[in-house]
Amino acid sequence: MQHVVLERWSRGSSFLHRRDARAKILALLVFLTVVAVSSRAFQPLALVFLAMLLAAAISAHLPVMGVLRRAAVVLPFSLTFAGISWLSGDPRRAALLVEKSYLSALAALLLVATTPLPQLLRGLDWLGVPGFLLMVAQFLYRYLFVITEQAHRMRLAGLCRGGFKRGGRGFRAAAGALGVLFARSYERAESIHRAMVSRGFQGHFRLLSTPRFRLADAAFLCLAAGLPVAALLSVRIWS
Amino acid sequence: MRPVVQVRDLHFQYEDGTVALAGVDFDLDPGETVALLGANGSGKTTFVLHLNGLLEGRGTVEVCGLPVKKETLTQIRQKIGIVFQDPDDQLFMPSVLEDVAFGALNLGLSPEQATARARTALAQVGMVDSYEKAPYHLSAGQKKRVAIAGVLAMQPDVLVLDEPTTFLDPPGQRALTALLRSLPQSKLVVTHDVEFARSLATRAVFFDKGRIIGNGPADRIIEQFNWDQKHATQVSGR
Repeated sequence: MQHVVLERWSRGSSFLHRRDARAKILALLVFLTVVAVSSRAFQPLALVFLAMLLAAAISAHLPVMGVLRRAAVVLPFSLTFAGISWLSGDPRRAALLVEKSYLSALAALLLVATTPLPQLLRGLDWLGVPGFLLMVAQFLYRYLFVITEQAHRMRLAGLCRGGFKRGGRGFRAAAGALGVLFARSYERAESIHRAMVSRGFQGHFRLLSTPRFRLADAAFLCLAAGLPVAALLSVRIWS
Repeated sequence: MRPVVQVRDLHFQYEDGTVALAGVDFDLDPGETVALLGANGSGKTTFVLHLNGLLEGRGTVEVCGLPVKKETLTQIRQKIGIVFQDPDDQLFMPSVLEDVAFGALNLGLSPEQATARARTALAQVGMVDSYEKAPYHLSAGQKKRVAIAGVLAMQPDVLVLDEPTTFLDPPGQRALTALLRSLPQSKLVVTHDVEFARSLATRAVFFDKGRIIGNGPADRIIEQFNWDQKHATQVSGR
């Protein structure tokens, strides 16, 4: 599963892994802003950004090809809109759309792949992301495993009884299985809530610790946010 | 000696009209381990959900001298810890340490105190090497131990375990029995596992159609209600 791999990657111990999540999130926000606002002479700039991201992936000891492949998950969406732009006679915009979305996905992936989820959520909490959204994200991440396993077991049981054939009957069986999965997920949610209330939960999460923002984190933030800005300004001055 | 759990004339009916409890009287004495036996749907789990106020029926429930009502729920939930059947329902935090500290933090303890309690509880269940692990990377037996630690970190006087041997292989069941024997709390164990009940419980009660119809030493209750698989086979084979 995709998130199992990311979970494993995020438990590394490189310089990038050890940085405070807040520094990495802020650096990502700056990077995304720079990518969004740059349009003049974007091709050379895109190469610089790509080189920076690849350098970050290598320094974090992440498998470069694996990272590049996973970032491509965004391409089906961006290629759809790029195709529309192309057909409407704006091939430059189409190319920009693909390049920018891929670079943005790559940068976001690097953040997720070098930051364990608890730290990432704490960082987002510090940045003022609503607690309810973070709670939903945490639960979704945790129970993806459980629900996926449940779906897998149901699929096996279905296959043992002749499988999900194509056509109308197959569709009915698959729709029924999906309905049962939803109902079980609902039951699961109720059980989880009961277990939480039993341990004194009263509506909001209390955390064990707040990480300290160190000098190395500040230095990383200056470097990671400063480099794309410097690259953007250089290209603007040169062109 | 005053019972740590005292239930009198407890009735409960679900919204669909199913009568789950029809007048239950029950006492749990300090240090006692009682097995709750009975068929599926006989009211065992519904009964234990009343003990910390998750369900509210007609009748009286007292835990450690405190009546279970809205105003006392925070104290009640510290005094009585429930370990649910499926540990996946209970382990939702991203790391084992955070999950075990969850209840202690909810009691209003500082992060340092909650961490200390979580570490002690994990040591009690033999999971000291798993602080940073994600709960979904654990085996079924380890998950069960962490779930128990999550309740122990709240330092309850009474432990309630709902089908604790489900998902466990025989060595896991033996390890769980040894662990539960080593814990000093009064225990209430909902189980279908006769051997587990025999090895752990000092007393058993038998539920049927929302009532307790048998109460006494585990061996006698198991025999009285033909609750032993071996015995049932002998009877049907005659």
